[in-house]
Amino acid sequence: MRLLNLILAFSCIPFLTWAQDNQNGNIQGDFNFSAQSYSEDPSINAEKVNESMLMNAYSNIRFNKGNFTAGVRFESYLNVLQGFDSRFNGNGIPYRFAQYNVKGLDITVGNFYEQFGNGLIFRSYEEKTLGIDNVMDGVRLKYSPLKGLSLKGFVATQRLFWEQGPGIIRGIDAELNLNEAFAELEKSKTNAILGGSFVSRFEEDDNPVFNLPENVASYAVRSTINRGKVSFNSEYAYKYNDPSGGITYNNFAPGNALMTNLSYSERGLGIILEAHRVDNMDYRSKRGATGKELTLNYIPAISKQHVYTLAAFYPFATQPTGELGFQGEINYTFKKKSKLGGKYGTQVAINYSRINALHAGPSELTINREYTPMFISIDNEELFFRDFNIDFKKKITKKVKVMANYLDIIYNKDVIQGKNIGKNIHARVGILELNYKLKPKHTVRGEFQYLAVDKSEENYSDQGDWVMGLVEYTFSPHWFFAFVDQYNGGYTSEGKTYEAVHYLNISCGYSKGTNRFELGYGKVREGVFCVGGVCRNVPSSNGFTLNITSSF
Amino acid sequence: MKKFMILSALLSFSLLSFSQRALPKVDLKTLDNNTINTSEFDNDGKPIVISFWATWCKPCIKELTNIADVYEDWQDETGVKIIAISIDDARNMSKVKPKVNAEMWDYEVYCDPNGDLKRAMGVGSVPHTFLLNENKEIVWQHTGYKDGDEYDLYEEIEAISK
Repeated sequence: MRLLNLILAFSCIPFLTWAQDNQNGNIQGDFNFSAQSYSEDPSINAEKVNESMLMNAYSNIRFNKGNFTAGVRFESYLNVLQGFDSRFNGNGIPYRFAQYNVKGLDITVGNFYEQFGNGLIFRSYEEKTLGIDNVMDGVRLKYSPLKGLSLKGFVATQRLFWEQGPGIIRGIDAELNLNEAFAELEKSKTNAILGGSFVSRFEEDDNPVFNLPENVASYAVRSTINRGKVSFNSEYAYKYNDPSGGITYNNFAPGNALMTNLSYSERGLGIILEAHRVDNMDYRSKRGATGKELTLNYIPAISKQHVYTLAAFYPFATQPTGELGFQGEINYTFKKKSKLGGKYGTQVAINYSRINALHAGPSELTINREYTPMFISIDNEELFFRDFNIDFKKKITKKVKVMANYLDIIYNKDVIQGKNIGKNIHARVGILELNYKLKPKHTVRGEFQYLAVDKSEENYSDQGDWVMGLVEYTFSPHWFFAFVDQYNGGYTSEGKTYEAVHYLNISCGYSKGTNRFELGYGKVREGVFCVGGVCRNVPSSNGFTLNITSSF
Repeated sequence: MKKFMILSALLSFSLLSFSQRALPKVDLKTLDNNTINTSEFDNDGKPIVISFWATWCKPCIKELTNIADVYEDWQDETGVKIIAISIDDARNMSKVKPKVNAEMWDYEVYCDPNGDLKRAMGVGSVPHTFLLNENKEIVWQHTGYKDGDEYDLYEEIEAISK
């Protein structure tokens, strides 16, 4: 019935807009298909998959005419690839919306994505590669009543696979750009933006034992100040008593988060310092939801997002229940024709981040709700993650480019992956990459990566050392070929011995315009795959992969 | 069946009025956190290249760096303007300005932290590059980047800048 209404709505709209303007409409779409075959392989612990082949696919189609936009997304998981939640299995249209803008009032009905400020109390987003899609379904309005002031508001429920979560979410956000709003500040060298937001969740209390709050509110305030080369951002969020995690007698604590960053940059130099403190800020549209389900907010991870395979081997994921983190980064380019810059210049980036537990742990675990742990405490707290890394990038001749990386990481597997080892992993990673241009449009690229874990008694050696080599040949604009080998020398874990193993993988791709085909064959190592501080576990597998993407 | 009806309804009315695709109107953030709408993009009737990238995307940075080497020549010959749209979210958004400065890119750079423009333009993964003609209509697009792809992009720019 709902779908039928939708069809009616869509089919009426073009006729209505016809009369109002003479603009032509346009249509646009994109398509993404990933399939993988799975063979049983005891050497890497790859298990049998009954279907032998699994697939994820989706396609967006959007129509736009003047101030009107409508769109749908069709998704198909037959069955869903390993590493994703099996509740995705099936076909459907989980995303459809219509949006109209009349004299500055922007109206969206149906599904929408939205973010307030940095997302500390509200961010609805999608990350298909991680199996995240917490899209909202309801009504959203945006309006700018005066210059420099913008307002947003919505009432909606949230997607949970092919259903909706039980909570009804209401939110408003206001942002004021002082320099635009006040004429006397227009020419000021200092630029300031203030913002505030409020979000509330309603969920019925059907718990026979506890008297749970049915409405749980949160608010956040933020500011940005820029002056010349310096920029300062901060946001503070507060969440009222919300029984997150399991519902027990002692976890009705409120939560809060503070994030701040200061940056300085000029041509050839960029410096950034960041800090955040998060306490009991797991906020969802259903009490007690876990994993990646029904998340209402987003606490950005305060560490560098690494790109190379072995550099990203031990990635940090934010602990929204409680953490204190710092990060600093310097990017510098030694100018061309200087001593260290050489003919083409040299780029260096140094990054350091450190995240530890809150003093006395997160409030949600504290029975005394009035107890306030020390705001900043570093030395004696449990370390979650520490990363020191340095990057070099240099063009040596017209044809040769070199990149080198070094990382020194301490990783608390117990906290980040929920294990019970009692020791941290200390890993050092070295990476060297060479690019060689054979002739215009033909390039060969090689990577060598080595990950060494500390094997002394005080640290946990996990899977031991890893070595990786990659050779890639690209022929612009259509072709690429790549060969990768990841090697593990074997290790013993929980009394089980794992043999040395090569994870060989070959792949090739063809692209023309926006059509892209990629075919691969080989072994995939078990690992954590992350984007933006949110991670997904990928089990080991052996087989063919096929990816096709297209858009028009 | 109903699902196909929706799709076919959408398709049928689009056929009635098909044309070159216009740039969608979406709000973005400047590097100073101000808001800017894509309808404010302008290059006096000369071509515009829109390139989606992220601080953690190696091929994206390679593409923008390689174009930076020849950007002055491209501007002299065709008047083209490059607008780089970072899809970095709140985790990395504050690193965009220092990164752009350290790379010494002379592009207009904006942030799309929750993927609004990315979705509106049908961008699945980065890099994804669009070429806009004098009426700011999309006339060419390309996904991914391989060394040397910029030559093809430049041929397309030249073809519409006469």
